[in-house]
This record gives sequence, structure tokens and C-alpha cells, in this order.
Amino acid sequence: MTMAKPILEVRNLNIRFNTPTGVNHVVRDVSFTLGREKLAIVGESGSGKSQTARAILGLTPGTVNAEKLEFDGQNLLGLSNAQWRQIRGRRITMVMQDPKYSLNPVIRIGDQLMEAAARTSPRGQLKARAIKMLEAVKIRDPERVFRAWPHELSGGMGQRAMIAMMLVTEPELLIADEPTSALDVTVRLQVLAILDDLVKTRDMGLIFISHDLKLVSTFCDRVLVMYAGQILEELDAKHLHDAKHPYTRGLLACTPNLETPADVLPTLQRDPSWMAPVRR
Amino acid sequence: MVEVKDLDVTFDTGKHRVRALAGVSFSIAAGESFGLVGESGSGKTTVLRVLAGLVREWNGAITVAGKPLRSDRDKDAKRAIQMVFQDPYGSLHPKHTVDRILAEPLQIHGIGDIENRVKETLEQVQLGPTFRFRYPHQLSGGQRQRVAIARALILRPKLLLLDEPTSALDVSIQAEVLNLLAKLRRDLDLTYILVSHDLAVVAQLCHRLAIMRTGDIVETADAQKLAKGELTHPYSRQLLTASKGFDRAAIAAFADL
Repeated sequence: MTMAKPILEVRNLNIRFNTPTGVNHVVRDVSFTLGREKLAIVGESGSGKSQTARAILGLTPGTVNAEKLEFDGQNLLGLSNAQWRQIRGRRITMVMQDPKYSLNPVIRIGDQLMEAAARTSPRGQLKARAIKMLEAVKIRDPERVFRAWPHELSGGMGQRAMIAMMLVTEPELLIADEPTSALDVTVRLQVLAILDDLVKTRDMGLIFISHDLKLVSTFCDRVLVMYAGQILEELDAKHLHDAKHPYTRGLLACTPNLETPADVLPTLQRDPSWMAPVRR
Repeated sequence: MVEVKDLDVTFDTGKHRVRALAGVSFSIAAGESFGLVGESGSGKTTVLRVLAGLVREWNGAITVAGKPLRSDRDKDAKRAIQMVFQDPYGSLHPKHTVDRILAEPLQIHGIGDIENRVKETLEQVQLGPTFRFRYPHQLSGGQRQRVAIARALILRPKLLLLDEPTSALDVSIQAEVLNLLAKLRRDLDLTYILVSHDLAVVAQLCHRLAIMRTGDIVETADAQKLAKGELTHPYSRQLLTASKGFDRAAIAAFADL
């Protein structure tokens, strides 16, 4: 993977929430760069992976500090709302977990797609663009889906429509937060194949947030392992099984294995030292 | 323990008719753990809901522990079959303490000795007595699912219906809950029916499994066959391939869904 010109550079990102009981420091000194590749962020709930992604889109309600948060050479810290609108939903887009909640239930799929397309395409071409995108995500009958209401689509179709909507502006960076965990296994793989093609053909960067280690190791190029707001380890996805950190190894060990079911699954013994600041 | 023969369920809304189960038959021995695997809409949850009494209109014959199951059941029959739901965030009453959640089934069934039963059951699911007076929002996802399991166990059922009991949990917590379920089955002589879309979870917990598709069982196999990958039906083989992770060649070969 060539890292000649990164799309995204994050250096020492910190996110804090002020709560009545004190400051909750949920993302601590996270640094990474992203090229035209598939980067996974894995970790358990509460590890800070989704907040990291939201900070990149300027959507976290917490307080964001960073030494550097640059998208295509442009500083993302302190952008005005108008400047954000030029980036968010156009050049950086996000696919959420469940299409049941992320699609507007009272607007037809086609109208939602055209609304997204209107950010970058002239009005006369909106419908053509929308149909073309539905074709790009391998929807067989794009005209029917264009007219359909969200409740008329299955989970897999809904998520494909969602991905179409996020790609219609031809973004340079797509953030996918557990985009396939609500889908059936075979549909999940088909949706991932579509994302894989799009990353390759459109020269796009993808941040893929997941808790599924097996999926990530076979789908992505690189993996960041997060725990308690920090990146504990960065690995080549292919070499995930050679992970060094006891946390990553623990997670791998407690995942049930189809071929060799254990009598008793190993459980994760959490070490307080994993909370200490990481030097990477 | 469980004998299901030609189970047929049709949902009729007047406008649409959906045949959710089209003649499903299987049998489960006492103490066995049986997996039902399939994708959304395959009917696996409907099987559980019929057994739990949540779907009342069905045709076919079901016997549980030697007694035929009818649509109207007495309390004894209801007590013998208990269910654990998928999402512990949705299945526990947010304004009831753990104590009240666990005591309610006992009160409904007119069982005294609530104090001891609640304590004993919390111990079985490996939650200390300190959890007794907490509210669900004060518990983690894994702890909540333990409370949901305790609520099912407190009536001392024979058959436990598990509807994706770990799919809302992190893998580290999933391992703990799966271990707990395996231990409870051995200690309390329970019979399980586990619904899951994750073949690895089924391989971990079940002795046998049935693979369902569009309201029908396409294949039944035992755990050894599953572990060795010796499933024969094309649809089962496709699920098996899909569970191995992302593989472009395999995905291209998937039959239309």
C-alpha cells in the first residue's frame, strides 16, 4: 500500500466528555494516517472507535483536541459550519450500522438519493446519477428500488441503498461504522464485496469500524486495535493472528472457532496495565 | 424431550399471507443442546415463539417431556419452557430492580420462598448478591444477559429457548455467557434450543443443529459434521463458506439470495 499522499492524518487526537461526575477521557492520543486503503478500527463497545470516526466528521458531542487532524491537507479543527458542509456528506461520508434507522422512513429511496446527489450534481442529472449509483451497488432492479419506500426493502437492500447514497457524491473517504453487523452472513459478504470494488475503482480511502476480528482480518489492509480510548496495536490485517499485544491475543482466543470448538472458551483477563498510556 | 412434527405456521393479515413455517419436524433428546441456524426470514425464531407460546395459531403436533403441547397451556406447561431473548437492553424492564425482575415470575406462579430462590438463581448465573437491588441501567450488557438468563431459570424449566443470546454482546463477554450456558445445562440437566446465525457459536454450544431456509429445515447434522465442514446441502455449504470470512472467489459463487 503506497502511503505517498495520505488522505487523512490524525495525530494525538483526544476526545473528552464533561459529565457531572468529572471529565471522561474517551479517546486518548490516537494517531494514524490513511491512504487509499481499507483501514479497520476494532475494539469492544466503549473503546472509543466510533467516537474517533465521529471526530473526523466533526460530529462528536465531546470536546476534541488534536495536534493534527488533516483531511487532504486541510485542517479539520475549527472549521465553520459552511466549511463543514463542503466536506461532510460530500468528500467524507459515513455509512451507519442499521439501514432501518439511518434511512428516512417517510421519503422514497430515490428522493433520498437525489437529495444527496444534489450536493454535487446539477439538477437535471440527479435521477440518472441516482439510478447509476443503485446499479453500482448491484441492485438488480434500480427503477423499482428508486420508487420504493425504505420499509419495502430487506436489510441487505437497505444497506446497499445507504451505501449508494453515501457514494453518490464520489467521496474521497468513506467511514463505515459496523456497516454489515445487522445483515445476514451471505448478504454481509456481498455488501463488503461492493465496498471492496469501490475502494479499488474509485481510489477511495475506507475506515471500517468493527468488532469482528475474523471479518476484518480477511477484508481490510491494516488494523488498529483500540482499548479504553487508545490504540494498543497496529497490524497488517493478514498478520492479525500474529498479534503481540495480550489484549488482541485474548480477543482472538475467546472467539468461538467453528473447526475446533473448545470445551470451555478462554475468557479475557483484563490487565490494568493496558490502561496506561501507550508509547507507539 | 421435544418432538415437533409437521409444524406449520401461516401469518395472515387479510391482504398478505406468509407461510412462515412449512412442515418443520425435528426431535431433541433430554439434556441435548440443539441449534437452529438460518438467515432472517427462515423461520427459526418462529419455531421458538411457537414453543414459547407466543405464537398461538399453528398446525402440527408438538410434545414436550412426553406431554402434547396445546395452544392453551396450564401453568405447569408454561413453567417448563422458558425463553431468553436476543437483546438484554430491550428485554428487561428499565424501572424494575433485578430483585423485582426475578421475583415476578415466582409471584405469577404462586411460588413462595422468593428470598432464597432469587439468591440461589443469582448465584447460578454468577452474579453476586450485590446485584440484587440494582436497576438494568446500572449493569453492563453481559450482566444484563445474565439477569435475563436468571429470570428464565428461576422457574426451574426443563427446556430453555435461547434466541441469539450473545449476538448483542462483545466477543469477550460472549465467551463468558457461552461458558455459563454450557455449565448451567450440565449442572441443571437442561435442554436447549439455540437460535443463531453464527455457526461458530452453534459449534461451541450445540450437539446437533438444523439449518433452516424459507420456513423449512434443509439439513440436520451433528456437531462433528459441522466442525469437519461436512454439510451437504448447497445452502448449508454457502453458510459455511460465508462464516470463514471475506473471500472474493467464494462470494462470486454465491447463489442468488
